[in-house]
Amino acid sequence: MKEFLLIYRNVPPTGDAVPTAEELKDISKPWLDWMGSMGAQNKLANVGNRLGFEGASLRGDLVTDGPYAEIKELILGYSIIKTETLAEAIEQAKGCPVLADGGSVEVRAIVPMNS
Amino acid sequence: MSANNELIPHLFRTEFSKITAVLGKSFGFEHIEVAEDIASDTFLLAAETWGMKGVPDNPVAWLYTVAKNRAKDYLKHHQIFVDKVGPGVKQSSTEGYEIEIDLSAQNITDSQLQMMFAVCNPLIPAEAQIGLSLRILCGFGIEEIADAFLSNKETINKRLFRAKEKLRAENVRLEFPAPGQVDKRLEAVLTTLYLLFNEGYYSLSQNTTLRQDLCLEAMRLNFLLVDNKTTSKPAVKALLALMCFHASRFEARTGAEGELILYDDQDPALWNAELIQQGKYYLNLAAEGNKISKYHIEAAIACEHTVKADVPEKWQNILGLYNQLLFIEYSPAAALNRTYALAKADGKEIAIREAEKLKLVNNHLYYSLLGYLYTGVDNERAIAHLNTALKLAKSVADKVAIQKAIDRIE
Repeated sequence: MKEFLLIYRNVPPTGDAVPTAEELKDISKPWLDWMGSMGAQNKLANVGNRLGFEGASLRGDLVTDGPYAEIKELILGYSIIKTETLAEAIEQAKGCPVLADGGSVEVRAIVPMNS
Repeated sequence: MSANNELIPHLFRTEFSKITAVLGKSFGFEHIEVAEDIASDTFLLAAETWGMKGVPDNPVAWLYTVAKNRAKDYLKHHQIFVDKVGPGVKQSSTEGYEIEIDLSAQNITDSQLQMMFAVCNPLIPAEAQIGLSLRILCGFGIEEIADAFLSNKETINKRLFRAKEKLRAENVRLEFPAPGQVDKRLEAVLTTLYLLFNEGYYSLSQNTTLRQDLCLEAMRLNFLLVDNKTTSKPAVKALLALMCFHASRFEARTGAEGELILYDDQDPALWNAELIQQGKYYLNLAAEGNKISKYHIEAAIACEHTVKADVPEKWQNILGLYNQLLFIEYSPAAALNRTYALAKADGKEIAIREAEKLKLVNNHLYYSLLGYLYTGVDNERAIAHLNTALKLAKSVADKVAIQKAIDRIE
């Protein structure tokens, strides 16, 4: 069994309308169901986290604050899944709700520190 | 005599474990068998004496006095034991070896809790932990334990003997874990109590009374943990809530001939409202801190099930909770239940797609689920799956339930 990191990216939402509780539920349900599906197949190693908009980027001496206006896509979050092969990991990633929303998923093999 | 016949088994159940725990605490875990023997002897003597002379005014005090005296006698007559244990126990100035056996309520509770930590130890296999708990903490006889595990006395005796040897070899002590260790050690204790409860709740044993006793004992031990400041953590309360919700359905889930009645066929009027209320009470108390245990989630699911009406919102909630449960820990049961909830919440079509991915090909419950999902969608396939389930199922109760589902389609 190998582990793969899934990195979810999408353009940040525009405007500052705060979604209602009901809207939030509608947004999160496909995500939770998709991850629940991987969990039910025993392929979820770590459900991971969402990432907030607070942050900064460092390059050389330069520190840039969020919200990364010049970058088109932001990392929204990540999870770790466990599958036999990369092909299987990609198959799982195809169900990610971010794809239907115009975003992307990057699938990367995890190399354990001690190998 | 008849009072005697009922009183002694009752007292045995409640007092045997207390005496064993307190004596075990005084002697040290390495001499746990001596503690068990003295407790057993005490009850033998009670049966003899009370049969002839009648039951004393205060039977419990009588038992404690006899147990204390027996413990002292034992120390007097076993010089080696005295040499080893003697220095550790209090000596009075008048007699050579006077052991202080403290059977106060506080020391009984402390000793039982410490015994729980000693016995629920991942050093020994889970089934040995449950067996030892039943013997030492719940005062079950070897025969009852064998019955609960669908095993025989010899196997259980061997299992318990080996477990005690192992704990002795590892120098397990009867003491509370260090403050920083409580959460981690509690995890092992809760796992054992959870398994103990499930052993009773889902056991294949035909002995309904015994099964309920296992559940009640798990609840009693869990309550000891809730009632103690050191161990009263959110996960402990959540597990007690879960047990209360499950236990509320005792009466509704067993038919006149001891057969299992599934949730859908249960009469909610038979659910125990008081236990449901207690479950909600402990679930509320469990909502502190920021760590959500699997017991929190399972209790929340059980709480949703205390309302029988099939409103869509209920099943959306349950689906969400099963998703969360799977984020914490995979289990085939959680995977199957999640898929069932998905069917109830979002329809059979999507649930069938998800079920086909699970591939739990050795599990009769998997094929029962597929049978349920295909019923009314593709009945031929439904029956094929149910027939597979019938082949894989082991218990009579399961086979009966599956056959019923097949008959319903045909």
